[in-house]
Amino acid sequence: MLRALLLPLSVVAIAHAELCKPDAQNAFKVRISIKTALGDNAYAWDANEEYLFKAMVAFAMRRYSSKSTTQISNVLLCNVTDRVSFWFVVTDSSKNVTTVPGSVVEAAIRMNRNRINSAFLLSDKTLQFLKITSTLSPPVEPSTPVWLIVFGVVLCVIVAGIVFLVVSGIQKHKKKNKESTERENLEEKVEVTVTLENGMPCEVLDVKAGHINGVFPADDERFTSL
Amino acid sequence: LSATPEIPKEDGRPKWDNKFQYILSCIGFAVGLGNVWRFPYLCQIHGGGAFLIPYFIALLFEGIPLLHLELALGQCLRKGGIGAWNTISPYLGGVGVGSWVVSILVSLYYNTVLTWVMWYFINSFQEPLPWSVCPLNENRTEFNKECYESTAVNYFWYRKTLNITPDIADSGTLQWWLILCLATCWAIVYLCTIRGIETTGKAIYVTAIFPYLVLTIFLIQGLTLPGATDGLVYLFTPNLNTLKNPRVWLDAATQIFFSLSLAFGGLIAFSSYNPQKNDCEKDAVTVAIVNSMTSLYASIPVFSVLGFKATTAYWDCLDRNIISIINEFDLPEESIMRQNYTSWISFLNSSHPEKIAGLKLKSCDLQEFLDQSASGTGLAFIVFTQAIILMPGSQAWAILFFIMLFSLGLSSMFGNIEGVFTPLLELQIVSKSTPKELLSGIICLISFLVALCFTLGSGSYWIDIFDRYAGSVPLLVIAFFEVTGVVYVYRIKRFSKDVKRMTGRKLNLYWQITWRFISPLLLLIVFMAFVTLQMLKPPSYAAWNPKYESFPMKEEKVYPPWVQAICVLLAALPCVCVPLVALFHLIKQKCRSKDTSLISSEVFSCQGTNS
Repeated sequence: MLRALLLPLSVVAIAHAELCKPDAQNAFKVRISIKTALGDNAYAWDANEEYLFKAMVAFAMRRYSSKSTTQISNVLLCNVTDRVSFWFVVTDSSKNVTTVPGSVVEAAIRMNRNRINSAFLLSDKTLQFLKITSTLSPPVEPSTPVWLIVFGVVLCVIVAGIVFLVVSGIQKHKKKNKESTERENLEEKVEVTVTLENGMPCEVLDVKAGHINGVFPADDERFTSL
Repeated sequence: LSATPEIPKEDGRPKWDNKFQYILSCIGFAVGLGNVWRFPYLCQIHGGGAFLIPYFIALLFEGIPLLHLELALGQCLRKGGIGAWNTISPYLGGVGVGSWVVSILVSLYYNTVLTWVMWYFINSFQEPLPWSVCPLNENRTEFNKECYESTAVNYFWYRKTLNITPDIADSGTLQWWLILCLATCWAIVYLCTIRGIETTGKAIYVTAIFPYLVLTIFLIQGLTLPGATDGLVYLFTPNLNTLKNPRVWLDAATQIFFSLSLAFGGLIAFSSYNPQKNDCEKDAVTVAIVNSMTSLYASIPVFSVLGFKATTAYWDCLDRNIISIINEFDLPEESIMRQNYTSWISFLNSSHPEKIAGLKLKSCDLQEFLDQSASGTGLAFIVFTQAIILMPGSQAWAILFFIMLFSLGLSSMFGNIEGVFTPLLELQIVSKSTPKELLSGIICLISFLVALCFTLGSGSYWIDIFDRYAGSVPLLVIAFFEVTGVVYVYRIKRFSKDVKRMTGRKLNLYWQITWRFISPLLLLIVFMAFVTLQMLKPPSYAAWNPKYESFPMKEEKVYPPWVQAICVLLAALPCVCVPLVALFHLIKQKCRSKDTSLISSEVFSCQGTNS
């Protein structure tokens, strides 16, 4: 009885070895970098993780094609290294010794890449399927480009500043004009009562600037140099 | 005995609110973008600390004397560029006109550089920074090809900012985002220079002091980054052998000259608003020393950051090699670290040489990364932006960096605009009743419209041309005529008397010797050497051409003949003003020879009244 079991088992094992080997047809290499992704929280890659991987691949196949009946036992892993990297292949559940075409597996994995990544707490870069390219996520673009908003703010501030300065300049100009006309009117009235002393109006003498009589030498030249 | 009336000049000329404003304006004019992105580069390629020797010698014999001359001239004659030289001698009026033309040409392109800085500034508010990631191509499977082959930083600068054309003859289209930024920049310049020094004097408090604050912040941050010490050691390690190369001395002399913004007419304009009794000698020494110290101070954070960038690139190189090896040999993760990389490589090379050769590993050399130097826009917009991405909190650093560059450039723009504005006011082209606001508005508007051609696809090539030809040779020529004009036409004895009246001290031997002999001689030598070097190689430029075989290397192209003609025109136009104006006056004299009221240069003096 044992011999009866042993023979089909060994056939299956040999068949598996035939189907899953590096660079086999429809086989994919997977490379996992747990320490890079998780650092101190890294978990060890053991048989349980391999079981989860098989389960996720089976899940992906089932989800991709609703009539697929892939079982966990259909997913074969081999050549696990310390890296961690390994090869896997998906056998057809209906016909025992053939593998599911690579394109189908690829499409299934691509569709469910997110779920597979999150099951292992990894990302596209740390859980690599070597022949399957990942779709790159589009860059986040807000509805209005941010730079336009900043630009608008800067421009408003500057225009406000210019308008303020121009308006204040005009007002100062008007005030100066008004003052000069007022002073002219005042001078006309005051002219009559101005007292003159030596041909100069007295008011001028009170002004701080004063007039320096040019006849006398300037300060530095008052003393003759030695 | 001629009496010197000491009537304080109530001539309605605007004046500085206080001395500090004046000094700050001069410092702001002198300290510009070149202090940050040209001086550290020169230090690096010319033997580090050894470069300081020719630099300080040039400062002593060329920088300080010329600066003192300009400040004293403006303060003494109390007129802007054109008026001052007309006063010294109508035959020398061309010197003033030449410096006025140079100021116009430089203002045009300088503000476009500030436009680029503003564009980067307003793009720094995004997360992630737009120059850190490559955009995707149309079918979203790969990154954009041009970006992928070069780097994201290069792509953002050449494509997203400049939208550069592969050839200078191909003008491309106007880039609307650059036009918006250019309009903003000119609006800011208008806002600050709207009433001449009345408004720039207030604005300069911010624009001149703020860069020092930011440099200090970057200094503290830079020194804490890994690899900063490598960068600093590399920068300052003196290599005295480079001093044997005359190119080093030439670069030092030109750097001092252009760094102090001499011969623009802006410094003369600034000092013309001073009261006469002001110690211009001390001012000149102060401004020159502060300018050089700022260059040194700025090179420390720049090189800390560059050292950090080189170290990070070196680590990235190592890491990429390590990953290739680990993947190829299926070794466990973290078995090869950066420290034991070399021992692993030698071990693997002996056991599996073919596999290692097949991996095509790049050789990682820290020295090689440190050697990748850049100056000018390459430093600010490519190298530094790349380093900023690697720092934590990159948005804040980017914003700070670009505001600092903007303030540095803006304070230099004030000097340029003042060099254009003041002579126009004095030439009395416009009537006295026209408000100053209108004149400055017209100047800014016309400059904006002309500078629109720099926003074309080929704009940055044109800016390089303007920088190399309009902003270099003419200044040397004008400065030479300035020195010889004051010393030999106006006579240095008279000038010494005027300076003594202003500062209260006699001109000492140092000034006499440098003004009479050393500075003019140095200028002549520098001018000859500069022109010779320019003429030795055919004028060429480096074009960014995505279709070039060795892309992302730049393609060396020669300027077409019509562009070369424009280069010559730009360099010759300001210089030719000097003899032209002299000739014009000569002809005018000959026509009026019957009228014997010959305007002799003896009569005019600083005192303003005829003796």
